[in-house]
Amino acid sequence: MNRIDRCFKALKTTGKKALIPYITGGDPRPGLTVELMHCLVESGADIIEIGVPFSDPMADGPVIQLACERALAHNTSLRDVLNMVKTFRQTDANTAVALMGYLNPIEVMGYAPFAALASESGVDAVLVVDMPPEESADLSAALKSLGMQSIFLMAPTTPDKRADLICGQGEGYLYYVSVKGVTGSAALDVADVKANLDRIRSKTDLPLAVGFGIKDGATAAAVAKVADAVIVGSALVNCVARNVNDDALIKSELSGIMRQMRAAMDAAV
Amino acid sequence: MTDLKAVTELPTKTGHFGPYGGRFVSETLMSALDDLSELYERLSKDPEFQAEYDYDLAHYVGRPSPLYFAERLTQHVGGAKIYLKREDLNHTGAHKVNNTIGQALLAKHTGKPKVIAETGAGQHGVATATVAARLGLQCTIFMGATDIERQKLNVYRMRLLGAEVVSVSSGTATLKDAMNEAMRHWVTHVDDTFYIIGTAAGPHPYPKLVRDFQAIIGRETKRQSMALEGRLPDALVACIGGGSNAIGMFYPFIEDESVAMYGVEAGGHGLDGDDHAAPLCKGKPGVLHGNRTYLMADENGQIMPTHSVSAGLDYPGVGPEHSYLKDIGRVNYVAATDQEALDAFHVLTEIEGIIPALESSHAVAFGMKQAAKMDKDKILVINLSGRGDKDIHTVAAIDGIEI
Repeated sequence: MNRIDRCFKALKTTGKKALIPYITGGDPRPGLTVELMHCLVESGADIIEIGVPFSDPMADGPVIQLACERALAHNTSLRDVLNMVKTFRQTDANTAVALMGYLNPIEVMGYAPFAALASESGVDAVLVVDMPPEESADLSAALKSLGMQSIFLMAPTTPDKRADLICGQGEGYLYYVSVKGVTGSAALDVADVKANLDRIRSKTDLPLAVGFGIKDGATAAAVAKVADAVIVGSALVNCVARNVNDDALIKSELSGIMRQMRAAMDAAV
Repeated sequence: MTDLKAVTELPTKTGHFGPYGGRFVSETLMSALDDLSELYERLSKDPEFQAEYDYDLAHYVGRPSPLYFAERLTQHVGGAKIYLKREDLNHTGAHKVNNTIGQALLAKHTGKPKVIAETGAGQHGVATATVAARLGLQCTIFMGATDIERQKLNVYRMRLLGAEVVSVSSGTATLKDAMNEAMRHWVTHVDDTFYIIGTAAGPHPYPKLVRDFQAIIGRETKRQSMALEGRLPDALVACIGGGSNAIGMFYPFIEDESVAMYGVEAGGHGLDGDDHAAPLCKGKPGVLHGNRTYLMADENGQIMPTHSVSAGLDYPGVGPEHSYLKDIGRVNYVAATDQEALDAFHVLTEIEGIIPALESSHAVAFGMKQAAKMDKDKILVINLSGRGDKDIHTVAAIDGIEI
């Protein structure tokens, strides 16, 4: 069984919700990413989303744009990020890792070589922000043939007809984008999120993860009550941004926020 | 041989031109794009909408634009007869307004009160701000900080027209970054905002609808060539950044195999180095800004910085229909360097009394070269996509003159 499916199955028996942190691979420098991944696991991560830096991150707000720029200043490539996952896997065989990014680096590498390298590195799933299910058949097939999953996004603007299509093609979990906007947007409206999740839940058994606008323990707890997983990105990347030259401080701030969210989520459900 | 009639029927329902085009955006925008496709599908068959568009083109833009026989340029070159399609004479000074008129009418039908646009040279920004002023729509224009510096005149024009101009300093601070920022704004305000994309690129249906609105250029050229010369031209030349003026000129001629077509990219400091903006000549297929197309990207798939003396051509991608027309060999894609464009700028100004935009100067440069190789009884049409008033400061600075 895929690590992601296994993770949600295990959480179901305990009644807890998944905490999914996002960091950008290579930020603030490639040498630190694997350590940060382990740090996230120690402070409560169930699944890690690792971002592949891209020169033109159209769906991201300033926080993750700058993370991409810091990573690209070190020429962090898709191949490098896959190598980071591979190194991480040497000491962590259990935590699921989803790769998140934009299509062009994958397109340039080629779908089949990418899928082979990702599988060899221990990647469990891939989320391509700018590849809706309509365009994803070939990549999804390449991933699936090697046991990896394709994660798709859902948005407040997704009408029922599209929701059916996405639910039909989704694997692993569905990533519900809580607000209209880019990453790091303003706070989400939990009632609105709940209404949308209820609508989606009538169509699928896939776990529903909520991202965008989750900043602290309180928002994480509120979302954990209505969703199966909480995704946090910009709030963590901000810890990196504030302390680019201080590895110890990055780690202590990251794990601080993670532990706060973990505790608040576990207390809420 | 490719079935050229079938080529003119592209894109497919899903927005594909062969492997190119499509819709590569985040989920939040998918529904708005579906709605836009549906609206356009309906209105493009609606005689009332067409009549409104045609009326505006005639009475507000001033169409048809002349097809002008450049007699002295022809003598100077000593080859084929050179005609200029005078898109520079349109209201606002470029071909861009053909499309903004059309998209603003679509915006009006959606009932959304706000429009946004990206701009490079500022011509599309001005054309958008102009139609927004006329229709009473609130308008925001995204423009790279570098371009704001080199196109000050157009920035002021947009502000006079009531638009807010947002300076974009992320990335390379040029057209591609302006487009990123416009997309980010759109995703946040998709409920009340219509995005008027200026070039024949972006997610489906934009490449199709921009082409359709710009195809008036080629249709008029066809009619005018028949009236003036009793036959079709032998060659068409147009500059290509994203490629909207070129696709507008080329599209109505796709099935006319006797007509050779040349798209001229920005050769910058030359195609041997990296300082150019010529994805069709030197790039590879990839995905950016909602479509699959030829791009300037490095071996890791990161988009490369581009260079051109003209802000409007300084873009690492190109419309997907051009990528397809390149692969099937129907259009030849070539480049003109900064220096060749600047030389052409001066030649046309001095011997025809027409100051071309630096973008269009690329087409003039290649057009002169090509005409020289052709017999005197042949006809070559250059799409003069815009006027050069906006570039006077740039040219003066290059010539070492302070004004």
